[in-house]
Amino acid sequence: MRDLTLTVSHGEIFGFLGPNGAGKSTSIKMLLGLARPTSGEALVMGAPPGDVEVRRKIGFLPENFRFYEWLTPPELLHLHGRLCGVSSDTLASRVPALIDLVGLTPHIDKRLQNFSKGMLQRIGLAQALVHEPDVIFLDEPTSGLDPLGRRMVRDIIRAQRERGATVFLNSHILSEIEITCDQVVFIREGEVVTSRDMRAQQEEAVRVEVRARKLSPVCIAGLAQWGDSAQVDEERLTLTARSREVLPDLLRYLVETGAEVYQFTPQKMSLEELFLNIMGEDRGF
Amino acid sequence: MGVWIMAGITFREAARKKILWTALLAGAAFLLVFGIGLRFQVGDFRNSSVPPFLRYQVISAMLMIGLYTVDLLAVVMTTLTSVDTISGEISSGTIHAIATKPLPRWQILVGKWLGFVAMSGVYVALMFGGTIAEGYYLGGVLAERPLQGGLLVFLECIVALTVTFMFGTWFSTLTSGVVTLGLLGVAFLGGWLEQMSGFTEGSRLAMVGIVSSLIMPSEAIWRRAAFEMESPLSGSLQFSPFADISIPSNAMVVYACLYLLVALGIAVYHFGERDL
Repeated sequence: MRDLTLTVSHGEIFGFLGPNGAGKSTSIKMLLGLARPTSGEALVMGAPPGDVEVRRKIGFLPENFRFYEWLTPPELLHLHGRLCGVSSDTLASRVPALIDLVGLTPHIDKRLQNFSKGMLQRIGLAQALVHEPDVIFLDEPTSGLDPLGRRMVRDIIRAQRERGATVFLNSHILSEIEITCDQVVFIREGEVVTSRDMRAQQEEAVRVEVRARKLSPVCIAGLAQWGDSAQVDEERLTLTARSREVLPDLLRYLVETGAEVYQFTPQKMSLEELFLNIMGEDRGF
Repeated sequence: MGVWIMAGITFREAARKKILWTALLAGAAFLLVFGIGLRFQVGDFRNSSVPPFLRYQVISAMLMIGLYTVDLLAVVMTTLTSVDTISGEISSGTIHAIATKPLPRWQILVGKWLGFVAMSGVYVALMFGGTIAEGYYLGGVLAERPLQGGLLVFLECIVALTVTFMFGTWFSTLTSGVVTLGLLGVAFLGGWLEQMSGFTEGSRLAMVGIVSSLIMPSEAIWRRAAFEMESPLSGSLQFSPFADISIPSNAMVVYACLYLLVALGIAVYHFGERDL
């Protein structure tokens, strides 16, 4: 990691994106006090990472959740709840509810050794929530889940935000991030490349699809001033405009250079497209 | 509180390991064979003209052989069951779900250590108690000071356990196991060399043995335990693991306790400082 600077606001779902080896899991480990930075500073809820009192308010689902395989789901949740200081009375009602929430009630008597990867992810998510933490770190929470499981995780994450919790989400599944997160940050080689407020109406970059006749070479050569990634296929032109603000000027330019425009469609850029745009397609994502 | 939760879960985890049950099965087989051997020997003595005094000493020697076997089984079992508890959980990532809970890292390590100490205590009590009981009920011989001997064997197991934990905070499971067993081997060899030095009063050879015991005091603790439990004649059996040619002093027992505490301190410190 180097020059990694980011701020996560209270009560938001924060998406942490980057290609393999970008430093996402390392960053989470540093924020949780599992690893120490050689330099720099981090504060979690105003205290240094690893502070015991802060950890009382933090939940964490590791990327590949594993635990003693001979435990059943209730035993595992009771153990983690007790480690977090939750009373036995509270756990008696909360544990069955959590097991039901993550869809493991039919498997309540099974030992973890008989669990699939997706089921381990589910019980791992439940242990991260057992003490109703204020900040929840989820490292690839949906990597082993089927579509129904992913939807369940999405609903749980949103419910946690409604409860007032902050969720720090590291995921490779960009469509999940796109529909779940309030803010995303892209990192590469340990540095923040860019961030994006998913709640904002104005997009930073807009993909435009144009259908027009008489697109001259001079016209196409001049498109660089409005954006990049221009591609022309007969009468179809696609272009990534720098912002929504430049769209009237771009349309005017096309007309003035002789193009006969009969369709001009701004498109919202998906997070995946934005990611590939920022990272490049050959970065090993 | 966190320490005891960790100790409890670790005890249950350790109690489920196959190596423990294998060691218990081996121990049960040993107790069976030992009991049969004692019974046959006592029966043979009834039909022989061996004087009672000598019979007592032979059965005492058999008892010491049995206790030495228990000692070896207990130390190896303690080392093998605990060798992957730190390094294995670090490499598999299992530790992440615990190390992010609101308890200091030292409580995790000490809790795990206590869990294995308890498991080792149960194993030593069962095996040691079983052997002593067989010696008494089948052979009519009681070890001289069985409680002191048993506690010293327990101490030896805890020393091996703590060294295993210490290396586990640095190395992989395989490496820490190899290093710990290597140290136990050095101690074993050093103990024999020190005893051999007793025949010639050779100070150089004795020094090799003493240095070996300082590096790893496990064998020295056993020799002290043997001295506590054996009859005078058994102790005079030369070239045996319980010969009283060179008896470790009380200072060596104190050293072993300090050694244990320092190793535990290093393990706690390094586990607290390292990245997980």
